[in-house]
Amino acid sequence: MIETTIFSLLNGLVYGLLLFMLSSGLTLIFSMMGVLNFAHASFYMLGAYFAYEMSIHIGFWPALILAPIAVGFAGAALERYGLRNVHKYGHVAELVFTFGIAFLIEEVVQFIWGKDQQPYNAPPLLDFPLFTLFNVDFPAYKAFMLFVSIAIFIALLVVLTKTRVGLIIQAAITHPHMVGMLGHNVPLVFMATFGVGTALAGIAGVIAAPVLGTYPGMAFDLGSIIFVVVVFGGLGSLAGAFVASLMIGIVQTFAVSFNIGMPDLLALLGLEFGADHFLVDLWTISLPQIGPLIPYLMLIIMLIFRPLGLFGSREV
Amino acid sequence: MSTLTDMRRDMNARMFKQQRNMWIAVALVLGCLPLFYGGSDFALTVSIQIGMMIIFSLAYNMLLGQGGMLSFGMAVYFGMGGFLSMHFMNMIEADTVWLPMALLPVVGAFIGLVLGLIIGSFSTRKAGTIFAMISLGIGELVAASSLIFVKFFGGEEGVTGDRTMGPEMFGVDFASELEVYYLVAAWVFIATLLMFLFSRTPVGRMANAVRDNPERAEFVGYSQRFVRLISFAGAGLFSGLAGSLFAITYEIVTEETLNAVTSGAPLIMVMIGGAGYFIGPIIGAIFYTLLSTVLSNYTEIWLMYVGIIFVLTIMYLPAGLTGLLLMHNPIIKAKKLKRILPVYGKIALPVIGIFLGIVGLLEVGHYAHNASAGDMTMSLFFVSVDTSSYLPWIFFTGILVGGFMLAKKQAPSVAETYEEVHKEALGGGDK
Repeated sequence: MIETTIFSLLNGLVYGLLLFMLSSGLTLIFSMMGVLNFAHASFYMLGAYFAYEMSIHIGFWPALILAPIAVGFAGAALERYGLRNVHKYGHVAELVFTFGIAFLIEEVVQFIWGKDQQPYNAPPLLDFPLFTLFNVDFPAYKAFMLFVSIAIFIALLVVLTKTRVGLIIQAAITHPHMVGMLGHNVPLVFMATFGVGTALAGIAGVIAAPVLGTYPGMAFDLGSIIFVVVVFGGLGSLAGAFVASLMIGIVQTFAVSFNIGMPDLLALLGLEFGADHFLVDLWTISLPQIGPLIPYLMLIIMLIFRPLGLFGSREV
Repeated sequence: MSTLTDMRRDMNARMFKQQRNMWIAVALVLGCLPLFYGGSDFALTVSIQIGMMIIFSLAYNMLLGQGGMLSFGMAVYFGMGGFLSMHFMNMIEADTVWLPMALLPVVGAFIGLVLGLIIGSFSTRKAGTIFAMISLGIGELVAASSLIFVKFFGGEEGVTGDRTMGPEMFGVDFASELEVYYLVAAWVFIATLLMFLFSRTPVGRMANAVRDNPERAEFVGYSQRFVRLISFAGAGLFSGLAGSLFAITYEIVTEETLNAVTSGAPLIMVMIGGAGYFIGPIIGAIFYTLLSTVLSNYTEIWLMYVGIIFVLTIMYLPAGLTGLLLMHNPIIKAKKLKRILPVYGKIALPVIGIFLGIVGLLEVGHYAHNASAGDMTMSLFFVSVDTSSYLPWIFFTGILVGGFMLAKKQAPSVAETYEEVHKEALGGGDK
């Protein structure tokens, strides 16, 4: 029991920080431009595929740097040549536009790399168990993921709170017009934020894909969780995104590793149901099975009782 | 005063007559369509699919176009309507319930309505981004559940049934495709008429008001949440009906009817057709279904074309295909179409060049990428192309770039001519 708890906590931390790397970029973009970038997870996927392609030719380590930069430029280009033109049609059109882009990126990825999973693996340098606890290995690559996520988190925190650029970004979030009046180039700030936000998603893709898999559906699979995270934490709140990322990351990991379910509960209550009852699936359900459902249930419950989310402050 | 009311009554009567004639025409077209197919089963199958999609996308537009609510989870109502209809169909077969198969869509509609009321009760508090995210969450929740509750959803194989069972109405047992067509056509007519009438009721009008300015609608005395809930429940009802028709047509419902692709389809149809018009989703449904059934016979990457068309529509045609057509309504009425067509003819050539360039590059690329080794000749636009040489690449890039440059050069003059003729047409109409 204790080893499962420790490992679930560690894995949950890795997964949660990964979610935060995506949700922080999404939150920055949302709070600044008011548009929830539906294609955000698609940039995570692009990061993974770019890194895979680069790692074949130039190795993993250069790809770790170059792939996110390429993704960031792709994101900035999308803002400059796509989103900026659609802006005049309103927020719904912008959201639908990013939905279309997500759709298109998935098709393009399938066009270039095919529908199958790609053999993108952790670099051999990190392919060893870091430590063994109760006869279970903890891979060094996961520790590396944890390290990168924390580094990014600290860097983001420092840039946003301690630097001039961070101040302008914070100001542009709440008072875009005023910042423009003061002589700052707001469209450029928007484009740069979009680029940096998508680059963060790109980094997440580069480091997470060896663990979670590189396949065309990866954007949608993680994307819907990311939206749950930002809405659960409160749209536009970085602190909310952080707490929600860790919560959902840890809850989901725990759900997968603790194999308890209705049969145990029913046995405890001394009840028994026939195997061909119409609701048999309900009586035999177990925690790992409903693991994927938990984030959505959390979202719905949160929205019923507190539509603003954990730390959200504005109605959208 | 009385003359004014008389005039209004007169106008209403005239409009009523016009509309009545239009609906009679629609019924006639739906009834006579199979006569032109010459017994082609493919045409019938496609028409049935179009019919279903028309209902589904019109239902979706009750939310997006009329209510301003962007939903990413419409498959819930479509799929659940389909699944419960399928279980009902099996109950009919087992003689547990008595219901003619032709009335099965009522069951689907009821399921959609109930689900719409339940889910709408907490999701319609706000429109906007939060609404979109809740719909996505619920869509994912139901899609994920469908793989867990195997008994109800049938796992990956889905649930099957037999539509020819149960009591017959007018001696029709739906053994043939044609009978199914007429069933779907009848329901398309009923559903379209009902949704059209709904958009003319006070609540339907208020949906527009709430979409445009919820605060003012509240001051007028309408609860924005209640108005949204009504639209939401209505959309659920007709989506469930469409799902039921799906169950009857294919006699199988799988978890695919609940997944994100099914949720995305009506959004794509509505945006391509034009969300601002009642007829927009109908045009979008026809366009999308033809694309997905006919185009997929010719190319494997048809979804890529759908994506490209979708994104281009949002960027350059926010009012959709319907908006593009209706832009020319006053010009046609003023009989000035002759003046604008030659200008369109001039720009048509570069546009066709762009189109051919994109399609050519994608198809050659796809073929060169996926064909078995040594196989380098493909047939494209009825010409065989050698994919190993640089020639097709240079050729298609050439016409793409050339077409783009020419189009860019001519676009301002085309827009200018349109504005000019449009202004004249409007001015002429006033005199």
